Amino acid sequence: MIAWSDVSVRYPGASTPALTGVSFAVGKGAITAVVGPNGSGKSTLVRALLRRVGLQSGRVLIDGGDVNALSQRDLARRVAVVVQREEPAFPMRAGEYVALGRAPHAGAWGVDEGASDAIARAISLAGIESLLDRHTDELSGGEWQRLRLARAIAQEAEAIVLDEPTTFLDIAHEMSAFELLADLARRGRAVLAVSHQLNLVSRFADRVVLLHRGVVVADGAPDEVMRASVLESVYEWPLVVSRDPAVGAPTLVPLRRNVSHRS
Amino acid sequence: MNARVALLIATLVVVAFAALAFGPVSLDARELWRVLTGGAEPVSRAIVLDVRAPRVALGLLVGAALGMSGSVLQGALRNALAEPYLLGVSGGAAVGAVLAVSLGMNDPTVLSLAAFVGGLAAVVLVMGIARAAGMRADPRVLLMAGVVVGAFANAAIMVLLATVPAEAAKGALWWMMGSLGSAQWKDVARLAVVLAVAGPALLHWARDLDALALGHDAAASLGVAPEAASRRLFFTASLLAAATVAAAGLVGFVGLLVPHVARALVGTRHRVVLAVSAVAGSTLVVGADLAARTTRAPAELPLGAVTAVVGVPFFLSLLRRMR
Repeated sequence: MIAWSDVSVRYPGASTPALTGVSFAVGKGAITAVVGPNGSGKSTLVRALLRRVGLQSGRVLIDGGDVNALSQRDLARRVAVVVQREEPAFPMRAGEYVALGRAPHAGAWGVDEGASDAIARAISLAGIESLLDRHTDELSGGEWQRLRLARAIAQEAEAIVLDEPTTFLDIAHEMSAFELLADLARRGRAVLAVSHQLNLVSRFADRVVLLHRGVVVADGAPDEVMRASVLESVYEWPLVVSRDPAVGAPTLVPLRRNVSHRS
Repeated sequence: MNARVALLIATLVVVAFAALAFGPVSLDARELWRVLTGGAEPVSRAIVLDVRAPRVALGLLVGAALGMSGSVLQGALRNALAEPYLLGVSGGAAVGAVLAVSLGMNDPTVLSLAAFVGGLAAVVLVMGIARAAGMRADPRVLLMAGVVVGAFANAAIMVLLATVPAEAAKGALWWMMGSLGSAQWKDVARLAVVLAVAGPALLHWARDLDALALGHDAAASLGVAPEAASRRLFFTASLLAAATVAAAGLVGFVGLLVPHVARALVGTRHRVVLAVSAVAGSTLVVGADLAARTTRAPAELPLGAVTAVVGVPFFLSLLRRMR
């Protein structure tokens, strides 16, 4: 549904490009994960989709059409994005914040007939009923992330893109966030998650795209991408990848340097 | 309706009627009622309808315009200290007015026009500087450019004031302290036209402000083109502020204080915040003007000084209650 086609980006004044010839597509009904070290260009991919960076070459497409041909509002109706950094300038009530997800659907004077149903569904799916009357500056990092997820769900777009959705989440909330993404994918949405949680990604994603220095170095099913030789060279850190006996997914364990490990 | 908003509206009504009734010559409620319903002595009618009514009407509009302008700028710049005059509007307008005075043009209409043109020129300059810096909608750059243009304007004003006769300088200084003293219906009409265009436009763009207050990337994810929306909002808010400066000189503190009051009353949804800011701004300016002309009647205190005197303790109490 969303495709990056030969996308290259260089930020003004930067000595190296942020992305070079990146091509991959995100399909409906599946979770696609983008992984890679810090500075590998993951967030730039998201910003290119949102038209927040100029492309040196290539195109970002939604259902075959260039995103630049859409208005920003139409883009927001098609794709809901949770960006990496966001902070309200003034603390707002959590309920008001979730309702902002309906902004792309509101008519000229704020009329949006589907708003209350969509907001109620999003609140229920994200499990944030208890947070609604609190202010955004009173929430923990994890609660804030869940609120952001709810806002994106309320947008009711065909695709949902999340830049590091599980930052600040504990194990239970991390799992429930990915379960929620899997649920959205089962309901036919296209889901793209940019993440540093390789073990979660390998369990939940249908497809993993590995970025390194702005280039796609591996792209395929988790089994194909989660190989120690590939990951070690990209992350520049010794690690082992085994198959978790309990869940059957590839599991990555980073090793300590200069410490012998039992084989 | 929120009970606190209802109380605010009731306060505005009371303050506006008090402003019509009180002054060097005060009328009781019965006499005021007779004036408003077409009865009463000609003298009372002249005092209320010809002198005080345009003054109160201008105060209502100046307050509404400054309140809305401040709320827009604080939201779009994501900064609780932003206010209309910070983007160089006040400095530019003051340069325009002082320049007119120094050229011997003391006609109030010419002075207003010069202030309006000066204010807008400063905003265009601020936006031009931000554009030249390659960050034309970056809140930080706009704020810094506004401060720089304001500082430059202050220097220009001092140079100009040093070269004009003392009497002209006094007139210019009085204008820089803000006053509704020379309000006429034509001033009311001019500002009403600007507010009738800019006010609904800002309410229409309130949803963009809600999104911009989250940051530019998040705004884009909610369907707002952040740079274009910011420029539109800065320009319209500044236009409003420049029009108030042309009508009443520099009335400080309203654009800074009122948005905080509005958010404390009704939360952060800008469509509501803007409407409440208009009411709160009107209340503050009309009330301050009433104090300015009754405290030491028949002498008048500068309106800008009274808004600051009223505003500072109120702002401090608001800061204390802020979570």
